[in-house]
Amino acid sequence: MNPKLKLAFFLMPLILFLLVAVFLFKGLFSDPTRLDSALVGREVPQFELPDLYQPDVIHDNRIIGQRPLLINVWATWCPTCYAEHTFLNQLLAEEQVYIIGLNYKDDSRGAAVRWLQNLGDPYAINLFDATGLLALDLGVYGAPETYVVDQHGVILYRHVGDLNERVWRREVGPIYYRAMRDAGLPIPEHRQELVL
Amino acid sequence: MIGELGHFALALAFAFSALLAFIPLIGVARGHGGQMALARPLTYGMFIFTLISFIALVWGFLANDFSIAYVANNSNTALPAIYRFTAVWGSHEGSFLLWMLVQASWAAALALFSNRLPLVFAARVLAVMGMIGVGFYLFMLLTSNPFERTIPLIPVDGRDLNPLLQDPGMIIHPPLLYMGYVGFSVAFAFAIAALLGGRLDSAWARWSRPWTIAAWVFLTLGIMVGSWWAYYELGWGGWWFWDPVENASFMPWLAGTALMHSLAVTEKRGTFKSWTVLLAIAAFSLSLLGTFLVRSGVLVSVHAFAADPTRGMFLLGFLGVVIAGSLLLYAIRAAKVQSHSRYDLFSREVLLLGNNVVLVTATVVVMIGTLLPLFFQQLGLGNISIGEPFFDEMFMWLTIPFAIILGLGPLTRWRRQGFSEIRNSLGLALLLAVVLGFALPWIFADVVHGLAALGLILALWVVFTTVAELRMRVASREHKLPALVKLGRSHWGMVLGHLGFAVMVIGIAMVQNYEVERTVRMGPGDTFEERGYVFSFEEMYEWQGPNFISDTATFRVTRTDGSRVGIIKSEKRFYTVTRQMQTQTGLQVNPFRDLYIALGEELEDGSWAVRIHIKPFVRWIWGGSILMAIGGIFSMTDKRYRLRRRLRDERKREHDAAEQEAKA
Repeated sequence: MNPKLKLAFFLMPLILFLLVAVFLFKGLFSDPTRLDSALVGREVPQFELPDLYQPDVIHDNRIIGQRPLLINVWATWCPTCYAEHTFLNQLLAEEQVYIIGLNYKDDSRGAAVRWLQNLGDPYAINLFDATGLLALDLGVYGAPETYVVDQHGVILYRHVGDLNERVWRREVGPIYYRAMRDAGLPIPEHRQELVL
Repeated sequence: MIGELGHFALALAFAFSALLAFIPLIGVARGHGGQMALARPLTYGMFIFTLISFIALVWGFLANDFSIAYVANNSNTALPAIYRFTAVWGSHEGSFLLWMLVQASWAAALALFSNRLPLVFAARVLAVMGMIGVGFYLFMLLTSNPFERTIPLIPVDGRDLNPLLQDPGMIIHPPLLYMGYVGFSVAFAFAIAALLGGRLDSAWARWSRPWTIAAWVFLTLGIMVGSWWAYYELGWGGWWFWDPVENASFMPWLAGTALMHSLAVTEKRGTFKSWTVLLAIAAFSLSLLGTFLVRSGVLVSVHAFAADPTRGMFLLGFLGVVIAGSLLLYAIRAAKVQSHSRYDLFSREVLLLGNNVVLVTATVVVMIGTLLPLFFQQLGLGNISIGEPFFDEMFMWLTIPFAIILGLGPLTRWRRQGFSEIRNSLGLALLLAVVLGFALPWIFADVVHGLAALGLILALWVVFTTVAELRMRVASREHKLPALVKLGRSHWGMVLGHLGFAVMVIGIAMVQNYEVERTVRMGPGDTFEERGYVFSFEEMYEWQGPNFISDTATFRVTRTDGSRVGIIKSEKRFYTVTRQMQTQTGLQVNPFRDLYIALGEELEDGSWAVRIHIKPFVRWIWGGSILMAIGGIFSMTDKRYRLRRRLRDERKREHDAAEQEAKA
């Protein structure tokens, strides 16, 4: 091998690393959780879905539009949902946030129920979307995703990725609590700052 | 006051590392022995002040000093003392301080043993350790100061440690893992020093080998404890989740395993030189990459620390300088290395090359699986989730060639091996492996799963070829047993390491194919029967722990014929400060199976959702890892790495060489 060719050969690892580094760098600045939804500002699409626990109970749009709420899309095959789950439990326990769970294309009803039994159930209502019908209408990319819906059933915000303290404080929480304030509902003491 | 002392000590440690990073190198450039010799005391200084800083933080936790923000966020007066101690590394800042302590300890150990090395080389190695230190200390001081105060708003009590981390497994998991991660920085420093000196010879490989193996042993144990912890603490019954953070520790392990084997070739045969150096750089670079992934919030994971873009920025910058710098140095220097060794297609060299190819492929597979979701997002292709099925499938296919090569390798000679000489041993091993691989599940289980049989065949192939190899080594000796003992620790290390791998493969194959998982609704008085075991729910009681309330269920387990197996207690805990639920799995174990009970939710009528697993051979997975680690310990304590003897031999060889030159 001539020396130049040899040098080029040994430079390969460096070039590969630099390529990876470019992606890591961009990854730092793009919020991995941000994706726009065509539905922001519109009403939640029509749906009729069975309850996760009781297959014969069917929920429809009447469960939405009573009060501000979150719709959280999750599945047992999604590791990020596992990371998110503790935070959802905390939202329910400490702030009584009203969350509707949308179980998205799960392996089985049993797996989903087992998950909730094991990790706790932060959801006021559990929808079971085996074929991904509602998720398709909402334009769900993957789990987890969370939608903020106001008292009139209009989607205010869409968050892709997990909810955690940081996201809640900076992005999702303020929108939810502003809707709560507009609906004349109480806001917990320690979250007052979010609507200021 | 103590907090400020810790902070100040950390700054001093930084100062020492900064001096260490360049004074010895100036000494090398000028040929100034005194400046080179300064490397050692500077390293000790860095270590001592890091230790002081660490002790200051420990004191903050033990004394419940909630004026330190980190203590306030991760501890509580109700937390038991032992967990107040381990809470030191319960979150980002403190765990990084532990990381620094480990890094400084490795450097100090290196300095302590560096009198075996030529002064110039020792100065270079320690200087590289200093450079790595500079980056990390700066990172701590600028973005992750664990001593930040909450003054003047000092909280009355802390927010408590994450309940998941209040467990004995968590006491040892991070330190072991860090010992492994950071340990590869030693191999890295050796590689860089060798590149700087332009001398890539077998001496370099021999010096670096025990350190590399030591780091690998720690990493092996660290990953094992992590897997064991996840198994009983997360309450899922899984032992490996292919979570990005697990992958981050697995990548350096794979690269490190490849490095260990490649170092053997470089030491014994003086070949694969530039490849070995690249692996040494890769092993540590992957450790750094893992740190970046875990702590920058680029990926979402169960383990992820609080994400902060400035931290990510800093780490990425550091990563770029270290990795790009070393790879550039590598490109310039390694291109000039000549390799003269010759070997045939069927030789130990080629088989070890095969081992390296498989291990590096595995590393790349894990890396792709971990980073691909990120790439997809950046390229605007949408969000994807790569899960267990991808990794399981890939690793199944990789294990097959790996095990075959692993069986052949030790039986073959360096340079050239005639196939006919070992044909009989190989044939016998293959026959026994295949027959037993099918027979054992056929005799002991109701059904023979193809994958279980395959796993058993591969594992038994490794076992029987290892036995054949040992027989071959003593075949010509009259007294077999003393000859076996005389084989040397390094040899026994290899044998144990390979057997450990076989044991682990058996564990994985069995548990993946024969485990049983049932979720049942049970209340006190109910019984449930599965696979010849009867689980009776005896009673349910509530009790108060130091910082939690527990619902504990007692299960009596008997055989269907009525013989007693044992009592299993399974808990559901509610941690009152963090307001989190936590499952404490109940276990009844013997070497051949685990009975595993996790409590789910309480149902309306006072009964509970109970998850019962029967997991055959699951202990073998961890047992195999421990065996591998013991093998590593044997290898690194081999007498050829010991100081005096080595030095004497070397002097003699140099002397002989000089004499021969004189004669010529």
